[in-house]
Amino acid sequence: MYSSSDLKKGLKIMIDGEPHVIEGFDFTKPGKGQALYKCKLRNMITGALIDRTYRSGENFEPAPLEERDMQYLYKDEAGYVFMDAKTFEQVILPEQTLGNDYYFLTDNMEVKVLMFGDQGIGITLPNFVNLTVTHADPWVKGDTAAGNNKPATVESGYNLQVPSFVDEGTLIQIDTRTGEYVTRVKE
Amino acid sequence: MLPAPDATRATRHDNLYARARIIQHIRAFFIARAYLEVETPHRIPCNAPEEYIEPVPSAGAFLHTSPELCMKRLLAAGYPRIFQLCRCWRNAERGTRHLPEFTLLEWYASHSDYRDLMLTCEELLCHLIPDVNLKWQGGSISIQPPFERIPLAQAFTRFAPVSLEEALAQGCYEEIYTAHVEPALGTSAPVFIYDYPAHMAALARTRADAPHLAERFELYIGGMELANAFTELTDVHEQRSRFNAALEIMQPPDPEHLMPEAFLTDLEHMPPSAGIALGVDRLVMLLTDATEIDAVVAFTPEEL
Repeated sequence: MYSSSDLKKGLKIMIDGEPHVIEGFDFTKPGKGQALYKCKLRNMITGALIDRTYRSGENFEPAPLEERDMQYLYKDEAGYVFMDAKTFEQVILPEQTLGNDYYFLTDNMEVKVLMFGDQGIGITLPNFVNLTVTHADPWVKGDTAAGNNKPATVESGYNLQVPSFVDEGTLIQIDTRTGEYVTRVKE
Repeated sequence: MLPAPDATRATRHDNLYARARIIQHIRAFFIARAYLEVETPHRIPCNAPEEYIEPVPSAGAFLHTSPELCMKRLLAAGYPRIFQLCRCWRNAERGTRHLPEFTLLEWYASHSDYRDLMLTCEELLCHLIPDVNLKWQGGSISIQPPFERIPLAQAFTRFAPVSLEEALAQGCYEEIYTAHVEPALGTSAPVFIYDYPAHMAALARTRADAPHLAERFELYIGGMELANAFTELTDVHEQRSRFNAALEIMQPPDPEHLMPEAFLTDLEHMPPSAGIALGVDRLVMLLTDATEIDAVVAFTPEEL
């Protein structure tokens, strides 16, 4: 159990039966009055943001969450299917739960799936993934200035900026935390 | 998103220089007005029992939550005008405007009341902000006396969806105050909020003509509480019974040791006086256009 004074950014607690993470937090106290703990809470299942204000002495249940190593199998109508390689247990994450992370999923990729009970509510990708450029404007002759970028699209449909020397068919490394180009990959 | 560490360091560098200058100006202001600078012990046997202030224990004693008890004992001992700049500790207070260890300026003057203190506040702010216009969060605050004076009940009528009486009766005073009233205070010019319900001022004198009100005020600039002041209660019996009431609610383990007896003994000899506590960290925030207290101190508790 947590109490009001444990509340801080990043803490994961249960609100109305669903896990929430504290994204914004402030302590306020009008002169000679009771302390208030003002929280912006993100519902970890729906993504909805709510404001709640608590007083001293309130209790909070920690959100029972667990990260499990899983492998990405395939996508079907219900969503993205992951499997625990040890137990062969499968978990399906609907598209909206994954957000933009699906752009960086490749077959058999090892990810961490955040579990709330037997429900998958999010994934943690590897920091770097390799994807092939499927569309990029051709290199313009004479464009040798360093730092000149151009738009490109990779096999998953994700759009990003790449250096002008990167052509279609090139395998590139992308940082999944920033979504940015890192380097060319030699096959 | 947190600013990059380097940006934080650069802003803090400038702010710490500003902080040192502000403290020097505060000293000069009070010395020029014949106030005696005093230092009282930070570690004391007990603080004034107040329901919502939690002292930090220190080897069988407590760190002071404010220097008020010792400073009032000095008033009683015959020092008529005193000031102190010191560190204070209040457990579990941490937010964008709160640190568990923070700096207070307190000053006391005998034979004066809370209205006199408002005048000194105005003089002090003008001394610190000679430009009249204070830059604050993209706007400007006009620092020109007299500052507006608004009774607390009227502030609720003006800014809150419910009256002060309703908020108190429904037990949501703090919620309404911090959501509706406080952010509206002092946004274009400083404001004094005064005449608090008697139960919200454990050490203040009540008004002779309206005993349900305490002679207490708070100073607001930029939606931020800067100072809390009152005409001191000098009635020893009344003070003891208020402390007793607070101790009863708090249910401390050993009430005998938590009654500030030496203070109550000296209170017999204290002349009619008024005293004020001003948050120096918040004053520096205001003068450096900083919205977070972290930006104006050398170290936050998390950095230790």
